[in-house]
Order: sequence, then C-alpha cells, then structure tokens
Amino acid sequence: MAQRISKNEVAHVARLARLALSEEELERYTTQLATVLEHAADIASLDIEGVPPTAHPFPLVNVLREDVPRPCLGRDEVLSQAPEVEADRFRIPRILGEAP
Amino acid sequence: MSAGDRRSVAAGHTRPAAQIAAAVRAGELSASTVIEDHLERIAQHEADVHAFNLVMADAARARAGQIDRLVANGTDPGPLAGVPVALKDLLCTRGVPTTCSSRILAGWLPPYDATVVRRLHDAGAVFVGKTNMDEFAMGSSTEHSAFGPTHNPHDLSRVPGGSSGGSAAAVAAGFSTVALGTDTGGSIRQPASLCGVVGAKPTYGLVSRYGLVAFASSLDQVGPFAANVADAALVLDVISGYDEFDSTSLPGAHPSAASLVGREPDGLRVGVIAELAGAEGIAPDVAARLREAADALSASGARVAEISVPSVRYGLSAYYLVAPAEASSNLARYDGVRYGLRVPGDDITEMYMATRAAGFGAEVKRRIMLGTYALSAGYYDAYYGKAQKVRTLIIRDFEEAYRSCDVLLSPTSPTTAFELGSKTSDPITMYLSDVCTISSNLAGHPAISVPFGTGDDGLPVGIQVLAPALGEPVMFQVAAALEAAAPQSAPGGAR
Repeated sequence: MAQRISKNEVAHVARLARLALSEEELERYTTQLATVLEHAADIASLDIEGVPPTAHPFPLVNVLREDVPRPCLGRDEVLSQAPEVEADRFRIPRILGEAP
Repeated sequence: MSAGDRRSVAAGHTRPAAQIAAAVRAGELSASTVIEDHLERIAQHEADVHAFNLVMADAARARAGQIDRLVANGTDPGPLAGVPVALKDLLCTRGVPTTCSSRILAGWLPPYDATVVRRLHDAGAVFVGKTNMDEFAMGSSTEHSAFGPTHNPHDLSRVPGGSSGGSAAAVAAGFSTVALGTDTGGSIRQPASLCGVVGAKPTYGLVSRYGLVAFASSLDQVGPFAANVADAALVLDVISGYDEFDSTSLPGAHPSAASLVGREPDGLRVGVIAELAGAEGIAPDVAARLREAADALSASGARVAEISVPSVRYGLSAYYLVAPAEASSNLARYDGVRYGLRVPGDDITEMYMATRAAGFGAEVKRRIMLGTYALSAGYYDAYYGKAQKVRTLIIRDFEEAYRSCDVLLSPTSPTTAFELGSKTSDPITMYLSDVCTISSNLAGHPAISVPFGTGDDGLPVGIQVLAPALGEPVMFQVAAALEAAAPQSAPGGAR
C-alpha cells in the first residue's frame, strides 16, 4: 500500500499542481512526502472495506435558492484587483502551444 | 529583539469584553478610551510579539468615535459595543488588505466583508487589526508566515502555536480584548492553549464561512479567542447563525453558547479520552494538569470516568490526507489571473507555475504536493478514500462515547509552547502538535481549550472540552467550571 515515492513521481505531481520546483525542492519533497505517507501507512493498511466514506460532517445536500437575479460585485471593483486587464477583461498570456 | 529573549509581555488581568460593552452601552466608559488603552499596549509590545500583519489604528479610532456618538445619541451599538477585536488575516475585510500571511495575496483588497466581520461590526465591535498566521492556516506555530513569526507573549523565545498564533498572542498580550481565528485541525485551540487564553472551535456549520479564505472546506470553522470563557461564548453568539451565502451553514435555530455558563456541572457525565490522556508524546506535566482538571470537575459534582475512543489514534493520519487534498483543490484558484501575485511567463502554464512557485511558501507547497498526490490516479483509494472512511469510524466512536458522556476531556496540546525554530525542519514533529485537536474537525464537533495551570516550565497548559454536534451550551458550561477551578497563576503568567 504505502510505497516509497520516487523523484519522478514527485516531479509529475508538481506538474499536476502547477508548481515549478527547484532541484533542491524536488529532493526535499521526495523525502518529506515519503515520511508523511509512511506515517499514513497505519490507515492505508486498515481493513475497512464496508465502511462508507464521510466527505462532509453533515448531510446537507442540494442547498438551492430561488433563481432570481440580485445585485453582485461591480465589474470595475473586481477587475481592479487583477494583475492585468484589457478591454474590461482579465488579460492572460497565450494559451496555445502550452507545455503539457 | 534577540532570539534568546525569554521575557513575558503577557497582559495581567484585563477588562472582560462583557464589562466593556456594558459600560460603553451605559455611557460610563468611552469606546475611544478603551481603544487608546489597547493601542498603547500595541505601541509598547507589538515590536516584540509581531501579532499583527496590519494594525488598523486610524480606522479603530474612527470606529470607536462612531460608537461613542451612537451612545451619546441614544442608539445602542450592540452587545460588543466598543470591544476591541483582532481578526485573523484570512477573514475578508472590504478594502483592507487580507494576506493569509502569503506573498501570493500581498496587496489584495477584498471587495466584500466576511459574514463574521459584518456581524461583529453590527454588534458594535472595533477592529484593531489583522493578525499573523501560518500561511493559508497551514501550520502549528505561526512560523510558516511569509511575514515572519509571532512570538509567545508569555516567553518571547517560544512560539504562540498556530495557525491562529497572531490572534491568540493579541489577546494574551492585551492588544485586543477578543479575537477571531479559524480552526481546521486545532488552529484556534492549540494556540489558545500555548498562549494561556480561551479558544473555541464551534460545530461545523454553526458559523458562516462566507468570506473566510478556504483551506480545507469540510473542516474549517471560524471561532473566538478571549481571556475568559464567558467572553468567548458572547462572541460566538454574535457570529453564529444561518447564512444563506454559505451552503454549508446549518439551517434553523440553535441554543446560545452562553446559556449554561455559570451553572455547576453537577451530575454531568465527563469522559476522559483514554487514548489522549497518557498517550505517547503527551508531556507528563500536561497529563498531570489533565488529571487535576478531571478531579476538579469531579469535586464540583460531575461524574468523571475514563472512556475509550479508539479511532482517534488514526485521526492524525486521516487529517494529513483529507486536509491537504482539499487544500490542493482550494488553492488552485491562486493562478495569477484574477487577483494577487502574477509572475510573467511565455505561456499561461509557465505563468501559473512561476506565480505559484514564487507566491507560496514551503509548507503550503508541501501540502499542495501531498494533497495532489493523495488525489492522483492510482492512489486515491489507498489514501484519500481510506481517510474518508476513517472519518466515519471517528464519528461512530464519538457517537458511542456520547451515549454515556455529556462531554469529553483531553489535553489541548501535547506540550506547552515550544522554542521558535525547534520543529520547522521536521514536518511530522510539527504535525504531532495537533494530535489531540484533529478528531473534532474530522467529526465536525465543537471543542474548546481552557487555560488550566502551567507546565514545569511555568508556561500555560490548556485543557480541551469536547462536545457532540451543537453541544456548545454544555461545552461552555464545563469550560466555565474548569476556569473557575483552575490554579491561579501570577498576573502576566507564572514566569
């Protein structure tokens, strides 16, 4: 169950999480994630097949409100916090040709 | 200040919030006088403590003046009239910086107030400032702040606990009368314990999370810090209640947290959690205070017995899978597009990766990595899935315990406040600080830490009272009984 985690796996996870890690950070997290996962081995090895999972403390589901328009934050106020804005929109770098 | 500075700057006896509000409402005390007293203490000691990311001196003075004018005009400002309140820096305050002690949110101005902030304001509170914390509430010492650590007012060479260390320290140092923190795995109770103040984590859903910057959404709750139990109940009663802006807010009425405070615990059934009473890692002096606390309740007429809650021993492992998993998802929003830091890149992926690399600190990255791994293909069932099942076991064990007990008792923290820098290099050692507090979050139950004497080092020890969901009235009742029975320490701590 709880297996050693390799540096390659850590690099893969970092890409999934969109974190650019230095070589030094990769090394450190490889060791530290292994330690934490080793600690979690006590539950990874528990035989609790029939136990239902709990995602949330209370079973509140489908909390809905009437579908009526109401005032929301002003566009200018929201855009005022953006790093870059153009023509009342968030401006971002190119998205095509991106790395995997 | 030198690293070896062991001075105490803890406040001695401070005026309770309830007294301040009563006197301000009656026109016998001006809110302006109250805030000046607190700003004076901040001027004296904040440079040593670093409880705040932002002291809102001008806004606080203006608000206090407003409160005084309301009273002069015959308008009641509310149950917290003129009470100085410190806010953990992950509660949104409209137009006032809210950083989560992270570089990635430096300079961000929230466009709205958190519901708890609005409720405090509407009750007449005066906001003193935004308090330091572990970045995005991830940590147990407030050392994982991008803006430097907070120091424990009882001994400046020690940590205040965390993640709400700034809020705990602000109350302990007399910078504010009460404070708000958030508790995902113990982040209110553990710093309350280490700083010798009261700190409560309410039932999940009792207090709105709207405007609270999310860490682990199924565990996070906002709660109060205060110098005494009654003040903590007073603040909780102001901030709790249904909020349509939080889909996890509990609908319906709930009893007042203060309703049973002052009533003797006569006949109440108190269970001391066997797994946490003398567990490995619980310091002998802390275990001794727990026994004395149990004896004190017994002497006040409670029926005290040891009880087993077997699966709490898996709480730590489950928590350190569930919380990072939720965090890795919640923190995906910090992408440099809509707010906060952006580090330029040639394409959007490079921009994401560079922004997040520069904006997040080491502990946040560690948890994002851990959570992403626990949720990734091939490991989901073994880690996150298992942790969710353990959560069910913990809830079942608590339900079983509450068949024979009204409340449960344990230490809050395994030790008193530790030295700054002593645990930062080893994440597991730091995570073990939360061993007693975590299970309440996994179950969604309330728990409170009450100061009860000191350890061999003269530093505060906290005892935790746990209750079933919506058991706040009996929890605060027992907490108040413990407070009344607690060994008196010298003003400003025993040191």
